[in-house]
Amino acid sequence: MAEEVKLLKTWSSPFGLRIVWALKLKGIHFDPIDEDLSNKSSLLLQYNPVYKKIPVLVHNGKPISESLVILEYVDETWKQNPLMPQDPYERAIARFWAKFGDDKVFLSIWSVFIKQGKDQEALQEAMENLKFLEENLKGKKFFGGEKIGYLDIALGWLANLVSLFEEIIDIKIIDKERFPLLFGWIQEFSQAPIIKESWPPHDKMLTKFQIMLQNKLKLAAAETN
Amino acid sequence: MADEVILLDFWPSMYGMRLRIALAEKGVKYENKEQDLRNKSPLLLQMNPIHKKVPVLVHNGKPVLESSIIVQYIDEVWKDKTPLLPSDPYERAQARFWVDFIDKKLYEAGRKIWTTTGEAQEEGKKEFIEVIKTLEGQMGDKPYFGGEAFGFVDLSLIPFYSWFHAFETFAKFSVAAECLNFSAWAKRCMEKESVAKSLPDEKKVLVFLTEYRKSLGIE
Repeated sequence: MAEEVKLLKTWSSPFGLRIVWALKLKGIHFDPIDEDLSNKSSLLLQYNPVYKKIPVLVHNGKPISESLVILEYVDETWKQNPLMPQDPYERAIARFWAKFGDDKVFLSIWSVFIKQGKDQEALQEAMENLKFLEENLKGKKFFGGEKIGYLDIALGWLANLVSLFEEIIDIKIIDKERFPLLFGWIQEFSQAPIIKESWPPHDKMLTKFQIMLQNKLKLAAAETN
Repeated sequence: MADEVILLDFWPSMYGMRLRIALAEKGVKYENKEQDLRNKSPLLLQMNPIHKKVPVLVHNGKPVLESSIIVQYIDEVWKDKTPLLPSDPYERAQARFWVDFIDKKLYEAGRKIWTTTGEAQEEGKKEFIEVIKTLEGQMGDKPYFGGEAFGFVDLSLIPFYSWFHAFETFAKFSVAAECLNFSAWAKRCMEKESVAKSLPDEKKVLVFLTEYRKSLGIE
């Protein structure tokens, strides 16, 4: 039976991008569907009624939501080029850091960006979180070891969004001196085959986040008036 | 080599309960080390320096963190007995999705109920019932979330049941009245030895939360 793989995503979402990477790294042919989140398709509402969010992977008509859940599904369904470690303890570690990335790192970096790098507390928290990731890279080329793995994919957003934010607010977040391993990983990861060709267009991303920042600042100004 | 399994836990922790159930289902012998969260032990700080939270599973000296991650670890290590996750990848993904949903939604809604009063508490109560109803709908006619067998989603959800009496007392409502199928499912789970011996007495939880509320200056 021919396989049908659809991926509901957006052009810019780092969460959707994780699944693009995973599928491409495994050589899986899929049908990408870019959603307009201001006008959600009936397909999206049907396939993810709980959150109405992307990404959603639809495999032979059956939907899976939540990017980290989808990643593990992809890895278990298509066994070539395994992304998760084999050892249960290593798997638990990878899952922990992926969750840490989403729950703590992402929010702290976003906070630095929204406050334009001027909030010392936000910067402090982001630095502490990044230190944990730096520790994780000791003796390794990628978080997954010699090859790109689940955790590299889960943290991959760092390799794109951080430099974008740094460009907009003109503040260095991942400094080469302070985070040499993380800095090195960003270069390796972002230039790796498949990863490199999948990044969303730089200028379009820059504009998107510049507008987002401006809107947030306008909102904050309106609230204090 | 004998396995050394230690559980850093706190008796009312719903997340800790998940692990007690999982370990009991697998018949794993472990040492329970009750933690005082207001005076965190050096062991806890050493094993979970990032979040400094319970529960922590320490297996042969190595810490595993985050209850839903620990349950999967337990299932993978002690794989020859009582599988907790389904074997089919799609069913597994569904189980992981619903446990994540429970983690994201249920605790927060419950927290609003026991840490607030008035309108905020009403809102928490509405959210709470909505989450339970969504889960109830998901279960449908099946005896358990996983189908015929008690599994990952069931053991991740049933611990909250020990807090229901407290929630119902604070916000004056009844889950059983609003969600019949859910209550039937909860009773079914409580009949299992692994669940019954892992959950604290709901009256003890009410006393604990009442005191905690007082200390927070609520009511």
